Amino acid sequence: MKATRLLAASLLAVLLGTAAASAEDAHGSPQPPRVKWSFAGVFGKFDQAQLQRGFQVYKEVCSSCHSMKLVSFRNLAEPGGPDYSAGQVRALAATYQVKDGPNDAGEMFERPGRAADTFPPPFPNDQAAASANGGKAPPDFSVLAKARTFERGFPWFVFDALPFMGYSEQGVDYIHALLNGYEDPSEGKEVPAGTYYNTYYPGHLIAMPKPLSDGQVTYAKNDKGEPVVPETVDQYSRDVAAFMAWAAEPHLEARKALGFRVILFLILLSGLLYYVKKRVWADVGGEVHGLQPELHKTY
Amino acid sequence: MSAHATTYVPKSRLAKWFESRLPIVGLVHSSFVAFPVPRNLNYFWTFGAILIAMLASQIITGVWLAMHYEPSATAAFNSVEHIMRDVNYGWLLRYAHANGASMFFVAVYVHIFRNLYYGSYKAPREVLYILGVIIYLLMMATAFLGYTLPWGQMSFWGATVITNILAAIPVVGDTIQSLLWGGYSVGNPTINRFFSLHYLLPFMIAGVVVLHVWALHVTGQNNPTGIPIKSGKDAVPFTPYATIKDVFATVVFMILFAWFIFYQPNYLGHADNYVPANPAVTPAHIVPEWYFLPFYAILRAVPDKLGGVILMFGAVLILAFAPWLDTSRVRSCNYRPIYRQFFWVFLIVCVVLGWLGAKPPEGGYVLAARICTAYYFAHFLIVMPLVGLFETPKALPGSILESVTGPGKQVSGSGLPTGAAAAPTTKG
Repeated sequence: MKATRLLAASLLAVLLGTAAASAEDAHGSPQPPRVKWSFAGVFGKFDQAQLQRGFQVYKEVCSSCHSMKLVSFRNLAEPGGPDYSAGQVRALAATYQVKDGPNDAGEMFERPGRAADTFPPPFPNDQAAASANGGKAPPDFSVLAKARTFERGFPWFVFDALPFMGYSEQGVDYIHALLNGYEDPSEGKEVPAGTYYNTYYPGHLIAMPKPLSDGQVTYAKNDKGEPVVPETVDQYSRDVAAFMAWAAEPHLEARKALGFRVILFLILLSGLLYYVKKRVWADVGGEVHGLQPELHKTY
Repeated sequence: MSAHATTYVPKSRLAKWFESRLPIVGLVHSSFVAFPVPRNLNYFWTFGAILIAMLASQIITGVWLAMHYEPSATAAFNSVEHIMRDVNYGWLLRYAHANGASMFFVAVYVHIFRNLYYGSYKAPREVLYILGVIIYLLMMATAFLGYTLPWGQMSFWGATVITNILAAIPVVGDTIQSLLWGGYSVGNPTINRFFSLHYLLPFMIAGVVVLHVWALHVTGQNNPTGIPIKSGKDAVPFTPYATIKDVFATVVFMILFAWFIFYQPNYLGHADNYVPANPAVTPAHIVPEWYFLPFYAILRAVPDKLGGVILMFGAVLILAFAPWLDTSRVRSCNYRPIYRQFFWVFLIVCVVLGWLGAKPPEGGYVLAARICTAYYFAHFLIVMPLVGLFETPKALPGSILESVTGPGKQVSGSGLPTGAAAAPTTKG
């Protein structure tokens, strides 16, 4: 018995040793800092004012290169989102020109956007987007917040799945960090033309120039004419990352609200079933009737 | 199944008329009501019921998803997002289906390791057990096919890696590969085929599950002592005892399932699969779903492609030989002091293999994966036969009842409620 324990222990030691030896490398990027998001956790909800600010940043800055093809104007008025009114959305959509057709004469034409339209992309196709942006099309924003992540490593990834410690905002944190990650390259690091140094980008050389700078977007003021939030890169990046989280997961609020009720119901039901089970099994005593020993002929 | 005697007695005239033409009510009665269940089963024995619940959940959510999904290389990704955004409760259906696959595997792994610990694979349950291995293989195929359907980066490159693996099979490999591809690379015909097969295989699983349950009801369930039911005192009728226990355990399992659906829906997936498939861009790490990771580690541990494929499939198929590789006369590890320790070592090795499968195949990871792969096979080919020969098992209890109430005690004086015999538990 001791021998097998020894075998198990030494096997484990060898494995962990060899694995740890190679785990050192490939950690070039620091971990993005964790932001306190209003939509994190079991009771998470989007901050509607933040989503509206984030949409403003998207509209005024990001949308000149990044498409958002899967999101419709009408989504902006749906519950659990930025909460614009239907009228605001109609007016917003009408400011865009949307390609439609062919009409009865067989021709494509442009018309003002409607609430049901998706956001028109800034470039007619991916090739045009790529050729205008140094050979690679800027990624679409629709699900980008779910399409980015970073490795948390053992044991953190285990804790991330647990109640009260749950962490599923890696993508949003990465986007926020990336937008704040433009720095001077470390000593001796070559930055080729057409690329920019970013602390959080894997490999550090990103093709997107620093998109945001302080004071670039003018947010709506409160009644007294004072700014509600600072007009800084950090605030812009938080707002646009939150907006992207909503765009990627527009039913997040409905999901979390329903989940709470479902899990509460299941916990209550399992509690009741536990006592029913105990009650039923309390009767198990001596010979139980209604059995069919002949079903066990093979024994 | 029809050969079974049953205690079911139809009462109404309609029931009598029907039973004499198709005795299906009697069949269900003998299988799920009067069926004798060892009274000492622990909660590891509820995972069969949990698995049936998960299969039903997957089929129901899957049929609904198929109403909105478009299996084409250009439309698949957006149709999944259409489900997530525009279909009423589409997000719930899709997250339930995607996480349901993972929960299905959680349950099947508990079920498999329970089987290995208590020696349930040993005679007379070999056929029952091999049917289980077949279900596991079908599950793996179904899960792989399903993961390709959203046509994200990991879908596309996973499909590419796996179909390339199949091409390594001698003689027929290329034919299998072009049949799956429907062309010269993974593309539109591939996703069409995969969708068709993904819809087919679950019903094949359901069919083999029927055989699995049938075989179970011929041999009866194993139990933590590994000794058979010897008298009525060792057993309880399936209903209400096993039924209520299974329902309770299934609802508890659903809490875990719901936690992932509602609060961690993307935890078990890959962020890369939210990037639309792009044949021109390879992801930094191509990693399969977590439930394939041990086998992926085995595949990559072998420097030779064909050798890797053989070991990977061999790692699953070797399970089917366990009934003959294990030489011990005793089933349950509770009475096998040496083999029990090897069982836990084996379990740890499988978990470590899974962890290694998620790591890049370089440096110490490869060496560790090779050691673990060697141990994985050694467990079946060396440990199982030899330990059974040399080990002295602990004394088995005289009966299942004795293992519950303690040796030599009389049933009536065992602290169990008096009046139990008169309790209305036997109306079935």
